[in-house]
Amino acid sequence: MLIPHPLLGLRDAQEFTYLGDARLIDRPDPSAPDAEAAFCDYVFLRDNPAGVHREFWFHEQGDRSWLVVTRDTVTHEVLGAELARDAALSRTRCSK
Amino acid sequence: MTRLSGGLIDRSQTLNFSFDGKRYQGNPGDTLASALLANGVRLMGRSFKYHRPRGLLSVGSEEPNALVELRSGARREPNTRATTVELFDGLEARSQNRWPSLGFDALAVNDLLSPFFTAGFYYKTFMWPKAFWEKLYEPAIRRAAGLGRLSMQADPDVYDKGFLHCDLLVIGGGVAGLAAALTAARSGARVILADEDFRLGGRLLSETRTLDGAQASDWISALEAEFESLPNIRVMRRTTVFGVYDHGIYGAVEGVSDHLPEANGRVRQTLWRITAKRAVLAAGATERPIAFADNDRPGIMLAGAMRAYANRWAACPSETIAVFTNNDDGHRTARDLAAKDVKIAAVIDVRPDAKARGDYRLITGGMVAGSRGRLGLKSIEVQANGRSEWIECGALGVSGGWNPNVHLFSHHRGRPVWNEPLQAFLPGENGPLGLIPAGAAAGHFSTGDALRSGARAAQRAMGELGIAASLPDLPRAEEADYTVAPVFHVPGKKRAWVDFQNDVTVKDIKLAHAENMRPVEHLKRYTTLGMATDQGKTSNVTGLAVMAELTGRSIPETGTTIFRPPYTPVTLSVLGGGDTGRHFRPRRLTPTHHWAEAQGAVFVEVGQWMRAQYFPRAGETHWRQSVDREARAVRGAVGLCDVTTLGKIDVQGADAGEFLNRLYCNMMATLKVGRVRYGLMLREDGFAYDDGTCARLAEDHCVVTTTTANAGLVYRNMEFARQCLWPELDVQLISTTNAWAQIAVAGPKSRALLARIVDGFDLSNEAFPFMACAELTVCDGLRARLFRISFSGELAYEIAVPARYGHALIERLMELGADLGATPYGTEALGVLRIEKGHAAGPELNGQATALMVGLGSMVSQKKDSVGAVMSRREGLAGDRRRLVGLRPVDPAGKVVSGSHLFAEGAPWKFDTDQGWITSACYSPHVGSMIGLGFLENGDERLGEVIVAANPLEGESARLRVVPAHFVDPEGARLRE
Repeated sequence: MLIPHPLLGLRDAQEFTYLGDARLIDRPDPSAPDAEAAFCDYVFLRDNPAGVHREFWFHEQGDRSWLVVTRDTVTHEVLGAELARDAALSRTRCSK
Repeated sequence: MTRLSGGLIDRSQTLNFSFDGKRYQGNPGDTLASALLANGVRLMGRSFKYHRPRGLLSVGSEEPNALVELRSGARREPNTRATTVELFDGLEARSQNRWPSLGFDALAVNDLLSPFFTAGFYYKTFMWPKAFWEKLYEPAIRRAAGLGRLSMQADPDVYDKGFLHCDLLVIGGGVAGLAAALTAARSGARVILADEDFRLGGRLLSETRTLDGAQASDWISALEAEFESLPNIRVMRRTTVFGVYDHGIYGAVEGVSDHLPEANGRVRQTLWRITAKRAVLAAGATERPIAFADNDRPGIMLAGAMRAYANRWAACPSETIAVFTNNDDGHRTARDLAAKDVKIAAVIDVRPDAKARGDYRLITGGMVAGSRGRLGLKSIEVQANGRSEWIECGALGVSGGWNPNVHLFSHHRGRPVWNEPLQAFLPGENGPLGLIPAGAAAGHFSTGDALRSGARAAQRAMGELGIAASLPDLPRAEEADYTVAPVFHVPGKKRAWVDFQNDVTVKDIKLAHAENMRPVEHLKRYTTLGMATDQGKTSNVTGLAVMAELTGRSIPETGTTIFRPPYTPVTLSVLGGGDTGRHFRPRRLTPTHHWAEAQGAVFVEVGQWMRAQYFPRAGETHWRQSVDREARAVRGAVGLCDVTTLGKIDVQGADAGEFLNRLYCNMMATLKVGRVRYGLMLREDGFAYDDGTCARLAEDHCVVTTTTANAGLVYRNMEFARQCLWPELDVQLISTTNAWAQIAVAGPKSRALLARIVDGFDLSNEAFPFMACAELTVCDGLRARLFRISFSGELAYEIAVPARYGHALIERLMELGADLGATPYGTEALGVLRIEKGHAAGPELNGQATALMVGLGSMVSQKKDSVGAVMSRREGLAGDRRRLVGLRPVDPAGKVVSGSHLFAEGAPWKFDTDQGWITSACYSPHVGSMIGLGFLENGDERLGEVIVAANPLEGESARLRVVPAHFVDPEGARLRE
């Protein structure tokens, strides 16, 4: 597969390390009353859809950017990629 | 049999080769198959299950019968198709799956027992007694059925991997592929043309068709010359594109020196990873046989193959041949061979209205219903118009029609579509993105159609890329229609082979149908139809057609043929490329590696690193002697150990302290400049993850260390935290593991030794106490970092200098420390020292331990959040009562074995009485006996108790006393001296 790195252009997937569901970006609020339950979900439950999925890829053999890649897990078509840092900064945080 | 006239072989040169020990001669341009055929050899192998005599069926990589072993010794290569082996001088080949010889095979008795060997035989017969399977049935079956043998030696040849990029990849160098490559190459696009054959031309090489009234080879030569002159096209002969992968990536294997007697320093094969914006699939078509009784005798082959052997290689299996066909193409074989003075006994065409294309006997509306000849064809039984006759012939060409090679098209689950007039599957609409079928692979069977479709496919591809490409002037070519009758097998009671490689007959398919194994997926697995090296290239469609007939449904209703990579077998050697043995992964050497090597160190692999394990001295005959001496030197004088392999991560920025506070479970933000603190990281699920030290060099600059094993992972996770969790923090990370050589200087005389190299730096306990750090210079101006940290429990330091000075530094320290007793120590002594001191390391922090278990529960700060803090407090983890303890044998000579499980004295050794396990053990020269560390239920409350360590694997057990988890200086006075 080829990953369209936002800074470096098309890069071979072999340069990357895969992590999975990009919802890991939303770490729960540790001070909330239900923090333990929220962390259980966060740590142990992942979506694994057949279809469009947002997922983390780490450009480990490259510039060490974490990317959020939108990919169709059925066709492997990559619909987009952004720096995880940008995604993290732009998201609305539910707490803090 | 002598050679016919013509052919693309070089008769001016002779090549010697052997088959089953007998010597033969061929010519350059021959394949092993064509050369054997030209020497009158028809019998080339034995079938997989029934050991039936077999000869050539085909002319290409689809060959199911003529599988041979090539070469000898470590280069022996089993299951090679004789049809794809380019002949070279000195080639050695042997037949397979026969004993004692190809002509007389003892296991041919299987053929008489065939009623017992039908589909599903193994499933039904070898069910019980269960124990017999492994010991008796399987070994016996494996001996009886099989293909070639491996050499059982390491492959001595060299393989490589390479990467290529292009605008257009043309797969196949036949008519359509050449037209496509020409169209794209003239437009200036970057083109790769790959073909599995050693000559370009594909089927053109095997036909007598003309282009613009001249020989096809003239046109091919002109094209080759033009390609040679263009800088933007790369022609790859002997290169098989075997798979289509995501986003336009294609896998290909180039046989670089397979066709040479010896690789002579060159690589044998190269695995190419080709990234192509577009590709044209011009892989041609494969002929299929018609199944009839005893249709597998040597001499019975595909009609197109027979024509190819005659036209391209001037070889024919017999002086008298016959043809059995259901389409026009079969007649070409009769016409071409008659032109080469081969006697045509008859052409049998199933179609009542078939017309002869030459001066030969034509039997219309006829079928071949049987054959005779034990080791080679002698005669065939022809039934027509209610009459039966035996016709003598030494070879029979069979044509059941042509299957487009849609394999690569279906690698992304693209479903081929049935075409009724062509009686074949064609590429549909849902193939891999950017892959355009053309030529015979797309059902364009006439030469003219194939030329045009190849050129148009390339033009379309170029158009999609925004490259203007005009259609070239294509030569005038044959435009014959192709008509075929839907006849796949001749009805009859005797066995008629569908899949030659797996000995699957029409009867087997009938049995599968009767036993309800009707979906094609079940049919394949029940009968093994379409498995092994040919993957059903000549048999799948026929098998499907027979099943369709039995179920009374149409072929598309019955199923489709779907193929997966690889198109043809790919050797494991080439997939490994050069990455085998020592090159399987990188080998990292420490800055003092060559110095340690000169000292005679014994090395150990730690991940990718090579670390000195111990440094044997003259007279030491056992590793324990060296390790005990090294450990004593640290406790009594001063030792030196390269600890460069520990991960080092530079953390800079205004929020460095806050960032580390969120990563380590203990408080880090409060760490003062010039101080070091031990740190423990948890995983987000609450378990202990990794430990190390954090040194604060400045308000906005920290250096943290990780364990050797987790260096890469911790760095990855820290980047995740920085970029994905807390991007608002001002912090930057870089791994500096390779930048600094770090040497532990440990022991009571370490300060005295370091004092001899520092440049006017005050090392006194007051100025530079335990857990201090500083940047300084040593050895007259060399930049260095000094950390007063101790893994051994002794007064100790770690000193870091730029990596390239590591070798010089250890030499200087050894030289200046000679009178102090400076001693290098390796990872074994390092381990002994840390077990004596009770420091947790990899065996304790194994991913199943919590901070509480390793005795660091109080480190998890309750005042702040950090990765894993919330989950570490959940009941299952917080309630775990196992604690790290020290263990000493009650009998001082007793053994302590890591991995042993701990039980109360007198308790049975069972899961529910298990109280923990030993994590680390060693002989302690300080204590004078073996010692261990382990996790024990309520261990902190059981000091002094005697327990049992059980090692049932070796039938051993030992009585151990529970002691505190430090055997040296429990107050920690030494490291603060």
